[in-house]
Amino acid sequence: MKLSKTNRTIKYILAIIAALLFLFPLYVIINNSLKPFADVRVSEMWVLAKRPSSEGFAKAFKALSQNLINSFILVIPVSLLSVLFGSIIGFIFAKVRFRYSKVLFFLIIFGMFIPYQSILIPLVRTLNKVGLYGSLKGLIITHTIYGLPISSLMFRNYYAKIPDELVEAGMIDGLQLVGVFRQVVVPISLPTMVVVLIWQFTSVWNDFLFAVTLTQKPSIQPITVALQNLAGTQVIEWNAQMAGALIAAVPTLLVYIFLGKYFIQGLLSGSVKG
Amino acid sequence: MYCSKKDKRLAIIMLIPFLAVLFLFVYGFIFWSIRVSFSAWDSILPDMSWVGLRNYQELMGSLRFKTDIVNTIYFTLFFMVICIVGGFLLSYLLFVHLKGEGFLRTVYLFPLSLSFVVTGVLWRWIFNPEVGLNALLRMIGFKAEFGWFTSTYSIGGFNVALIALIIGASWQYLGYTMAMFLAGLRGIDDQLIESAQIDGAGEWSIVTKIILPIIKPITFSAMIVLGHISLKIFDLAYAMTGKGPRFVTDFPGLYMFETTFRGNHYAEGAAISIIMLLLVALVIVPYLATSMKEDEA
Repeated sequence: MKLSKTNRTIKYILAIIAALLFLFPLYVIINNSLKPFADVRVSEMWVLAKRPSSEGFAKAFKALSQNLINSFILVIPVSLLSVLFGSIIGFIFAKVRFRYSKVLFFLIIFGMFIPYQSILIPLVRTLNKVGLYGSLKGLIITHTIYGLPISSLMFRNYYAKIPDELVEAGMIDGLQLVGVFRQVVVPISLPTMVVVLIWQFTSVWNDFLFAVTLTQKPSIQPITVALQNLAGTQVIEWNAQMAGALIAAVPTLLVYIFLGKYFIQGLLSGSVKG
Repeated sequence: MYCSKKDKRLAIIMLIPFLAVLFLFVYGFIFWSIRVSFSAWDSILPDMSWVGLRNYQELMGSLRFKTDIVNTIYFTLFFMVICIVGGFLLSYLLFVHLKGEGFLRTVYLFPLSLSFVVTGVLWRWIFNPEVGLNALLRMIGFKAEFGWFTSTYSIGGFNVALIALIIGASWQYLGYTMAMFLAGLRGIDDQLIESAQIDGAGEWSIVTKIILPIIKPITFSAMIVLGHISLKIFDLAYAMTGKGPRFVTDFPGLYMFETTFRGNHYAEGAAISIIMLLLVALVIVPYLATSMKEDEA
């Protein structure tokens, strides 16, 4: 759109003001995480850290390092399994027509919108019965299962766009469906794999409800729960709390900054239409 | 697509285990929760004796649940309006190709990559009546005594304590609506706008006559997505404020979690969760059904 110079300048100024508003909480968190405990005073949260110190980070890291590891142990297998299972389910629903496939897919997709509170009591009972309650394994299984709808949807939307002829050509060359999937479809799915991978990585990393319900022992809790425990204490050590929040945020922030393109794609492909 | 009988059978056989697990964990568990909501289970030990709708009736009479519903309605309303109006404005600013657009977009979107717990910890300090914004205002000489999320003041049922939560949640989700709108705006043919400009149309009429009608369906999807997020809100309230004095910042999701897993009132918790599910279904099912139909066409 053609705009006058003044008009453009006004928009620029507005955009920058908005950006500053978005960034100011980041200033608070970084600034305060760098303060030594001695400088943590009620009146001074907004004052620039005069004597930057690693005290807050040291304290937060000591409290959270195990949980940081737990979160990685949790998100890596879940993300990989989501790609594996999601691509299979998504491919079948995109390319194989069978009776009730629309209804079945609808029922699968509905699973990603439910409030998880509505399955939480049976989930806890079931995991308890099979001895997986309170373990990272149980949490991995839970996230993998409830991540199936979104992962399948992302793959289905992508596969729906690849021409049938491509798949059919593979079959004429003598491949079976499985062969076509492995030799023709998988190699061109890399972008969607990355989208699903980082989508699941961020959403499982950021999950709190499953984590706080299914893990009781501090030593196996993921980082979000441990951060909440650290911050829930009444002691006003907000330098350590802010440092902890930053530590918990860094992995997903890095993913977002370096793979932002895929992150946005995931965001937009989360809508139901292909 | 053509697919041999053998391949089709194989595909269905491969699907079965996934479907079985998913249906058990989604629909099986939902029915189980419904059954619990009709039971007398009120301690660590399960008690599945049938009590009919008693748990639901008790919820309808409970002050906490009523407050939760009112809170949810107001929260949803403000959260949606801010995210949709604000998100559109941000996307429009970027639409006209400002220099540094990529950087600005990154800034508007980064909060979305954070956990609600991180957001909660951060904004809890910012709105803390002793040290947060109030302290900043005092530094510049104002007499700031607003209680933010600790305030029990309410206007027409709207607990002003929710403002803090609404700001925190909007900060996180504005980028989302911005991205949705921007994707829609980028789909508009440049020539359409240019020829309108040649015909003498001003910026305002281009926005109202060309842009807004085109992004209307996106607004609808955004409302659905935001609405179902706010109906389910839990982490942010848990981390930022808790239920608050007189439940000023309480939500059904929080109530369910506390009463079930901290208070062992399983039947009550199940009833809350089923009401939440029904509310979400009311929003999501029509949306899913229509968008899947359009998809087919």
